[in-house]
Amino acid sequence: MENINIEGTPKTPTVKFDAGGGRLELSGRSIPENSIEFYKPLLDWIESYGGSPQGKTEVDIKLEYFNTSSSKCILDVFKKLEGVGSTDMTINWYYEEDDEDMLEAGEDYQAIINIPFKMIEVEEM
Amino acid sequence: MLDIYDFYDKMEKHNIMLSFKGAVTSELLSSILGIMETKMDNLAEPPKIKKKVFNVLVECLQNLYHHTDEAPVDEYGMDVRSAIFMIGKMEDHYSILTGNFIYTDHVTKLKTKLDTVNAMDKDELKAYYKSVLNNGEMSSKGGGGLGMIDIARKSGQKLDYNFMRVNDKSSFFSLNVKVVQPSKEVA
Repeated sequence: MENINIEGTPKTPTVKFDAGGGRLELSGRSIPENSIEFYKPLLDWIESYGGSPQGKTEVDIKLEYFNTSSSKCILDVFKKLEGVGSTDMTINWYYEEDDEDMLEAGEDYQAIINIPFKMIEVEEM
Repeated sequence: MLDIYDFYDKMEKHNIMLSFKGAVTSELLSSILGIMETKMDNLAEPPKIKKKVFNVLVECLQNLYHHTDEAPVDEYGMDVRSAIFMIGKMEDHYSILTGNFIYTDHVTKLKTKLDTVNAMDKDELKAYYKSVLNNGEMSSKGGGGLGMIDIARKSGQKLDYNFMRVNDKSSFFSLNVKVVQPSKEVA
């Protein structure tokens, strides 16, 4: 299947979904006024990936900002990932040191989603 | 003739660093957010306050983008979906002030929502956010009813709001969100 490579903009994140490597990365900022349109193809991709996933799947979320419109779409991404069976999956949630809001946002997802989360503090994203 | 000095003087006295009145478009929001980031960088704001202000600003401005209803035509003519916002920087906090028309019919619903949020403490807000995130329906506008909860959570302040009835059809909704500068940590 085809990989996804989307360059980030001031309002939308950089997306790198690599099926062969079992690596999915979302980075930058996600603050579009309406995020449904942006996330739809990502959800479809995960659905297909679920058909033949790698033995190990690493998901890296390195967001500097995201708005509440995106927060629901990001939850949908995680819910789709939950549906990907027979893979050893981890969600790495990155946050900048002192950014308690971003850490807390990660913990909110962790409480809802049934995939292991790793909270990773970095100096700068 | 409008007294421009009067406008200037009022804004200066209220420490307004940026203001806008008119139609709120996606392009406008991109520009405003870019300007505010540059301004805060130039002021060498600590990343913590910069992020909080930016996050709260995004939600406040996108609320205007999504929820501004038509202005009363008899009083304001054709300028249909116009709003106002101002960003002020005081000694120890930023103020984000927004004002927009909403249909008078919608006032009760919004007021109930704001009062619900204002009655909650930090932990209750966190639980409420998670429940709406997980169970709420997404509207076609791409909102999930999370904006005000998020503003209250990130600002750590009660939502200071007011409704002014213009006529049977239109009311003016104003919101003043304070983002307090966290006390500088001692090294």
